[in-house]
This record gives sequence, C-alpha cells and structure tokens, in this order.
Amino acid sequence: MQIDQQTLQKIAHLARLEMSESSDHEMIDSLNSVLTWMEELNELDTENVQPLIHMTEEVNALREDKIVPNITREQGLLNAPKKDEEYFRVPKVME
Amino acid sequence: MKNYSTLREIQKDLLAGTITCRQLVEFYLKNIDEKNLKLNAFVSVYAEESLQKADEVDLKIKSGNYGKLAGMVLGIKDLLCYKDHPVSAGSKILDGFEAQFNGTAVQRVLDEDAIIIGRQNCDEFGMGSTNENSNFGPVLNAVGDHRVAGGSSGGSAVAVQADMCLASLGTDTGGSVRMPAGFCGLVGLKPTYSRVSRWGLIAYASSFDCIGPITKSVEDSAILLEVIAGSDEQDSTVSTKEVEAYSELVPEKKSYKIAYLREAVESEGLQPEVKAATIAKLDFLKSQGHTVEAVDFPLIKHFLPTYYILTTAESSSNLSRFDGVKYGFRAANSKELITMYKKTRSEAFRNETRRRIMLGTFVLSASYYDAYYTKAQKVRRLVKEYTDSLLENYDFLVCPTTPTTAYKIGEKTADPIQMYLGDLFTVQANVVGLPAISIPNGEDNEGMPIGFQIMAGAFQEKELLAFSNAILV
Repeated sequence: MQIDQQTLQKIAHLARLEMSESSDHEMIDSLNSVLTWMEELNELDTENVQPLIHMTEEVNALREDKIVPNITREQGLLNAPKKDEEYFRVPKVME
Repeated sequence: MKNYSTLREIQKDLLAGTITCRQLVEFYLKNIDEKNLKLNAFVSVYAEESLQKADEVDLKIKSGNYGKLAGMVLGIKDLLCYKDHPVSAGSKILDGFEAQFNGTAVQRVLDEDAIIIGRQNCDEFGMGSTNENSNFGPVLNAVGDHRVAGGSSGGSAVAVQADMCLASLGTDTGGSVRMPAGFCGLVGLKPTYSRVSRWGLIAYASSFDCIGPITKSVEDSAILLEVIAGSDEQDSTVSTKEVEAYSELVPEKKSYKIAYLREAVESEGLQPEVKAATIAKLDFLKSQGHTVEAVDFPLIKHFLPTYYILTTAESSSNLSRFDGVKYGFRAANSKELITMYKKTRSEAFRNETRRRIMLGTFVLSASYYDAYYTKAQKVRRLVKEYTDSLLENYDFLVCPTTPTTAYKIGEKTADPIQMYLGDLFTVQANVVGLPAISIPNGEDNEGMPIGFQIMAGAFQEKELLAFSNAILV
C-alpha cells in the first residue's frame, strides 16, 4: 500500500491533525517507508493463527461498586484552557 | 558525602546516625544544580518540598518507625502522575497540566517514605529511543561527548548516572527503561506485563506499557519492584498474583539453562565491542557452571514491524483524548470546533508523535485494519508462542540490550526506521509481555557503557533478579 496525497488528507482528518503543504511530502515519504517495512509481516503464513488481543491473565477483574469521593468539578476544570464556572468552553458548534 | 549506590548502605548510615536524609537531599540538589543545565535530565525539581520531606523522614528514623524506602531519593519520569505536581509527558499538549491524583506506583513509593526530588525528561509520550523527541529538548548522556541518553526514559537514567538521585521510576513500552539503562551503565527492569498497576501512568500503548525502576544496583531494583507491584482496584488488567520477596536475591538453582539468540549475538550489525562483551559474558556464565546454548529465532526480523503496528494503533487511540478542551494547551484563534482540535494537536504534537498517530490511524482504518492491525496481532501470538516454547526449555533468554552503545546526538533522528532498529532486542519482551532486565556489561573503546539483557518467563522476576545480581561482576 502506498499513501498518496488524498489518503494522507483523509487519515489526517480522522486523526484530527492538519498537514501543511510544506510537510506533506516528508510525511508521505516517511509513512510509505514505514508501511513498506511493516508489510514484511506478509511473508508469514498466519492463516490459522488467532489474533492475540489480551496480554493480561486476569479475566473480568471487578471491584466493589463503592461510592468514593472523586475529584470535584472545580478540580476537573482546573487544567482546562478555557472554562466558565461549570463547563469546559469550546468554539461555537452550532450556528 | 559518600557516593552511595544502594539503599541498604544509605539506611545503614542513616541508622548509625552518620548521615541524615536532609544531607542526602542536599547532596542530590547540589548535583542537580551543577549538572542539570547541561544534561537536561530533570524538568522540575522539588527542592523545598524534598528538604521538608527529608526532615520528616529523619524524625521517623529517629522514632524507629519508618518506611521501607526511607532514605531513597527518587526521580519520576514525566509520564507518572504525582498529585498537585506538573506532568506533561514531554509534550507541549500538556503544558501547564497538574496531576489531580497520585498514580498507584507513585502512591506506593510515597507510602514507604521515598522522597520524590523531581520530574524527569522523556521522549514525548514515551515515543522515542534517544530522548531527543521531547518538548524540553534532548537529554545528554553524562558519559562521552554529545551522546544520547537513550530513550524514552532518558532523563530518568541520566539522573541516576549523574548522581542527581539514587533511583528513578521510568516506563517501558518497547525498551524505554532498559535501553537508557544500558546506554548509561545502569540496571533497568521491565517487569512482566500487568505486574505493576498502570493507574496514573499516561498511556502510550496500553497492552505494552510497564512501569519499571532504573537503579545502580539489582537490589534497589528488587526493593522498588516489591513496593510498586501488586493488585490494584484502579487497574482491571493488573495481576492479582502475590508479590514475592524479590529483594532476597537468592538464586533457586546453582546452574541455569540459558539460551542466547543466535541472530542477535552473531549479527553483522552488532558493534564489535558489544559483540565481544556479550561473548565474554556468555563465556563467564559457562565458567560459572551454567548451560549456555544458541537458539534460532527466525521471527526476529518481524519483532519491530509487529511492535510498531500495534503500538502506533494503540497510541493513536490513547492520544485522541488530547483535544485542547480538557487539559493543557489549546491553539489560539480557532473559531470552529474541528479546526480547533486539528490546530491544537498539530501545533502541540512533535513530528515523530504525529507520524505515529498517522500510522496508527491508518492501520486501524476500516480498509486496512485486517491487513495490518489484525495481521500484527496474529504475529504477536506467533512470537509469544515461540518465546514461551523456548522458555519451557531454558530459564533465561539473553542478548545485548542494544546493537550499539549510545549514538551521537542527532545521528538517528533523520530516518525513523534507523531509529526504530535500535529497539530490536528490547521490543520482544514487550511484544510477549515478559520480564526483562538490562545490567551493565563493560564499556566500548570510547568508554560508553554496554548493556546485557536477560529475559525470563512470566512472573519470574524473583529468579531473574537473583540471577542478574549473581552474574553482575
């Protein structure tokens, strides 16, 4: 698979990243060289292999559903770049 | 002040009253003052607070009621949450962010009276092998002329190497504790996946990430693991297996069966001194009565592509939370929401991080998911099964920690694949979730440290540490 300009823009949008014209080519080249390298895995026959998904031996580790003091609203808002008394503030979503 | 390399020596002198914690902290602060501007290992230093805590611990020692880590002055990687202290993952996107709770490992070392002296530089979100990919600038190795520290826990390693603290807590996703430990002549331990709770560790790749100690001695590594390991109701993946007395350091057997990866030790790409030091170590092991045999690992060339497909996928997902809304940095002048997300993330994430997010998003995208992501998960199983089968016949798998000693600053940053190849020997342990340690194994012709890596079966840390301690000469 080779990434072109159009795929790059599509992936960048999904990743919520902006690609500038000047860095486009560099990014396309490096992505393609890494993807080509990743494709070496196709040399292996994995037809009858199950994907390994979970790395822990623990299954359904559940704890008591206790009510404990969590962080307060004030603490939650503390690090936000823009906020009011109660909410995170973002640019207008609806007209 | 005597140059201490173990907590035991420190505690002996503290109890004898020949030193105090305050003097220890003053000693480390003085070293930070003198060296940090050049080395860039610490990005925050908690001077006043450490001195105050030192006085508290000194009182506790006098009273005879003190924690297991009393006298340990510790640094923590900039990925670990320490309540009311800054944590930013080496990234502009968390600029100004302060942790609102203690991560489990951090809480546990504090409960045992460790003194946290500061926060340490690292590659952005742990993404890097040289600690050159940080918003705070590169970390310099304390040895050699303009050599990298190794990454991503580079600040954590150099801080110990340069006596700016006794020990550090780093994190290891593909070698990030072992590689800088190797490059700096230290002991770096990556525990079994799930041995240590990940609560309060800023996530890079959740099925790989492990917190691990960087120390001058195997015994301090063992003591720290004893403190930070174990079940935790904040992390549903953490193991509930009992935490063993790792610091006893008594090998169970007199003679172990050890395999080395032929492809790794006989590789053409190995720096000659690294090869020689590794072979000398293998000969030493034989002379000590251990069985040492070469094994083939035909999958070795597939370790890194597997690792990078899976970790970039997991990181693209984990890093989606950084959107300029809830924490840290937001780009100025965005009038519309999606544009604000994009501008914020593009301005704040560094090149390598953007590249990994792009790769991860690509391999997870609907059209390519099976071809890359599922494929890598299948290869992950093959690597795990093959590694497990070797460890049924052998106690340990050994190889050099890295193919070469520390690079020159800037040497590997241009080509991502060249940079990724440095992780060749360390990623296996993360791909399969097994414990591995890097211990010092001499120096090259220019005095740069060489590391020797030992990997063991799942939850075999006790044997791994005891054996490592026994063969460290």
